[in-house]
Amino acid sequence: MADLAARPSPLRIARSRLRLLPGQAGVVTAGLVLVVAVVGSLLAPFVWPLDQSAVALDQTRLAPSWAHLAGTDDLGRDVAHRAVYGLRVSLLVGAVAALVATVLGGVIGGIAGTLGGRVDRILMRIVDTIAAMPHLLLGIFIVAMLRPSLGAVIASVGLTHWLSTARIVRSELLSLRTRPFIDAAIGGGAGRLRVLRRHLLPHVLPRLALATTLMIPHAVWHETALSFLGLGLPPHLASLGNMINDGQGSLLTGAWWASLAPGVVIVVVTLAIAVLAARWRDRLDPRVRAELHL
Amino acid sequence: MTRSGRLAGAGPVVRRRLLVAVPVLAATSIGMFALGAASPVDPAKQYAGAAAFTASEENLAQLRANWGVDDPLPVQYLRWISNLVQGDLGWSTSRHEPVASVLAARAGWTLLLIGVTLALVLVASLLLGALAAYRRGGVFDRGLRTAAYAVESMPVFWLGLAAIAVFALALGWLPAGGLTDVTATSTSWSDVAHHLILPVGVLAVSQAPWFVLFVRDAVAESLRDDHVLAARARGLPGRTVLFGHALRTALLPFLTLVGTHLPELVGGAVLVETVFSLPGLGAVTVAAALGSDFPLLAAITLVTTAVVLAANLATDLAYAAADPRVRLDG
Repeated sequence: MADLAARPSPLRIARSRLRLLPGQAGVVTAGLVLVVAVVGSLLAPFVWPLDQSAVALDQTRLAPSWAHLAGTDDLGRDVAHRAVYGLRVSLLVGAVAALVATVLGGVIGGIAGTLGGRVDRILMRIVDTIAAMPHLLLGIFIVAMLRPSLGAVIASVGLTHWLSTARIVRSELLSLRTRPFIDAAIGGGAGRLRVLRRHLLPHVLPRLALATTLMIPHAVWHETALSFLGLGLPPHLASLGNMINDGQGSLLTGAWWASLAPGVVIVVVTLAIAVLAARWRDRLDPRVRAELHL
Repeated sequence: MTRSGRLAGAGPVVRRRLLVAVPVLAATSIGMFALGAASPVDPAKQYAGAAAFTASEENLAQLRANWGVDDPLPVQYLRWISNLVQGDLGWSTSRHEPVASVLAARAGWTLLLIGVTLALVLVASLLLGALAAYRRGGVFDRGLRTAAYAVESMPVFWLGLAAIAVFALALGWLPAGGLTDVTATSTSWSDVAHHLILPVGVLAVSQAPWFVLFVRDAVAESLRDDHVLAARARGLPGRTVLFGHALRTALLPFLTLVGTHLPELVGGAVLVETVFSLPGLGAVTVAAALGSDFPLLAAITLVTTAVVLAANLATDLAYAAADPRVRLDG
């Protein structure tokens, strides 16, 4: 007689059909989420155009239904529809700002790591000191002086988030410098530039790419935080932070759903990036296995 | 070596730190000033507010002359920074009062929020992190880590709104915001404590993941140390080994890292104060930013940075005093 208790769960069957290892189901889900998020926000203007300034005052604060999956806000705007556009803006700002921060951090960490010695010590002390500045306050200062706009938000993120990248690049370069293959290259007559380009850069670039990816969620949080405070993107623009800010008012009148969808979008996308980045880090450095396998 | 002997190297360390911190802060203040000068906002019109439309050109010119905003930038910078160094933080254009009195009235509430939260987070993360490390890979460990990653991905202001929706609006247990009851005529501590439960809880939960995960990893590491194994081999109860040996080893490096996490906590406090309409520095910061109030914003940013740097230095010195293996070389 077949032992019913020993029958594998549906989840396990699906997993074996797809030939996935236990930890990989989370990675595949995360990948799918990100693909949907990126493709969705790229195609949104063609598939589901949004008039950013349109309001429907006869449909304010409708609870979630089939017509409005995430309900409507104070001005009768469809929350789900705006959340798609909010994600689009947030991902754009997050990616560009993360790139700015990576370039800045990469250059400074690169200088510290390749020159070493006194330059390195001074640069890293400076980095430590700047790290003591509350970066949200510094970010607020930057947008306040540049006036809230897309460029100001990107500058605000980029100028406050490069420190970790500088540290990563610098320590990677310092540990590479002592490796035999570098000695061999120098012994073989390679110049400074050639060592940097042919031997150091190929090792540093994957780390840098990983650091950029991991920074995107931070950039998105920073952007949404600024928008939430009313200091980020222009208020009529559908951005995740603006929507949560708008929803704060609706919340007190019982319309809790107005802030729900934008927050859920942030959480889901952030988690997906974190899961993928953890797997990526495992690949880069199998000795230290990350423990994020959801 | 005696305890005072261990701190013998403190003087040069303080000097070296200052040697870096002062130029960096000076450079930052120049950068901030340059940004402020490049700002398209005219401080005189800003100050006058709606009156700027009706004010005569002479009055505005008088304002500008009083403040010296038309002087060459280096002159303006030197005037600002020398006042700052002498303790004159300037005049807040958004609040129409001295920056120092804004800080004096507000900073206490922010410090209270941050202090209580920090204490709560430290106790909770040491307890939870140690328990998770004890049965590594167990149900509690997995659950705690999943929760930590989930919470870590939630913006703190969103968490705050969710807490208001559940605990203040749906359940009605706690007030949704403010520091005292609307009907209250004076500030009583029990009322304030009641109003602080939700903000402190939200800020603590949002900051906890980083601390919990760190403690867990550190304790898991130290559970494999020789002296911990020896304690186990002697047959000491698990609780004693975990809290008396493993956690103790992991505690010191953890405490110094707390200092480096302070800037994060300050940012979180600003957002939480905004969500719960608390009268701390958060609300003034936002108002100052909306009004492009350079003196107030610059003062808040520079003062908090100086406080964080001092806190970092203090924890490093305390670490060196407590652990003889650590040599101060900063």
